[in-house]
Amino acid sequence: MLFLPYLPDHPAETSGYMIAGYVVIFGVMLIYLASLILRSRSLSQDLELLEDLQDESEA
Amino acid sequence: MGSKPTLLKILDVVTVLLLVVATSMVFFYAPMEAVMGQVQRVFYFHVAAGWVGMLSFLVAAVAGIVYLRSGRREWDIVGLSAVEIGMVFAFINIVTGSIWARPIWNTWWTWDPRLTTATIMELIYAAYLMLRQGIEDPDRRARFGAVYAIVGFLSVPLTFFSARLFRTIHPVVIGTNQPGAEGAFDMTPLMLQTFLFSLLTFTFIFADLLWHRIRLGRFAEKVEQLKLKAMI
Repeated sequence: MLFLPYLPDHPAETSGYMIAGYVVIFGVMLIYLASLILRSRSLSQDLELLEDLQDESEA
Repeated sequence: MGSKPTLLKILDVVTVLLLVVATSMVFFYAPMEAVMGQVQRVFYFHVAAGWVGMLSFLVAAVAGIVYLRSGRREWDIVGLSAVEIGMVFAFINIVTGSIWARPIWNTWWTWDPRLTTATIMELIYAAYLMLRQGIEDPDRRARFGAVYAIVGFLSVPLTFFSARLFRTIHPVVIGTNQPGAEGAFDMTPLMLQTFLFSLLTFTFIFADLLWHRIRLGRFAEKVEQLKLKAMI
């Protein structure tokens, strides 16, 4: 007698998990990208302030 | 920060285009897996994120070696940048794995050797960032960071081979699965093409992010030096 492994007729309904997975993937990447931009802006502000201070002390 | 180099601008555009194509391939080119259904599509970016995590930690270890040999602070910035990116992608890998596990293993989490070693790897590099925060002297911080990145890298091959060395339910992509592996599937040619393209895309994402992060690191160092000068 031939035994075949059990195979369902239809794939499991797992769309919600797929969406959750891709929300995490793109969400985390976007958050990291935003953190790079924010840190860069904050450093630019610091640099401006330091240059102003330097100009004041030289004047 | 100085103006962006042309090559970096090109790399930005190419990376975004590759990501768009890879995402389209995942959703419209690769066929749906017959048993697991749509959740299997997480596989392509789940593995690619894991690859970038491990590649980043390798780059950090190499940067650590080069720093210890040359003493050039530039390599400390490379190491820190690589660890930061590696942590982001290893995190994506762990969380998407958990999401995939829920319908396939019927649990969000299990202390399987692969999941455990991946978590330990992530925690080791979280400790790297904490260690750096605790050291004031930049040279000492760079030296400790370099040694830590080299030693910490031991966790990477351990994580990679854990699914091959120990009895685990985690499937193996390259090589033979353990008899107890659950969620394994045979890749069709279209699936394999999508998988390889995703790996290529994520390698570009890594290169692009690393370049940006190194530039940010250099900029931060410049501001730090100006701050010290202003204090004197």
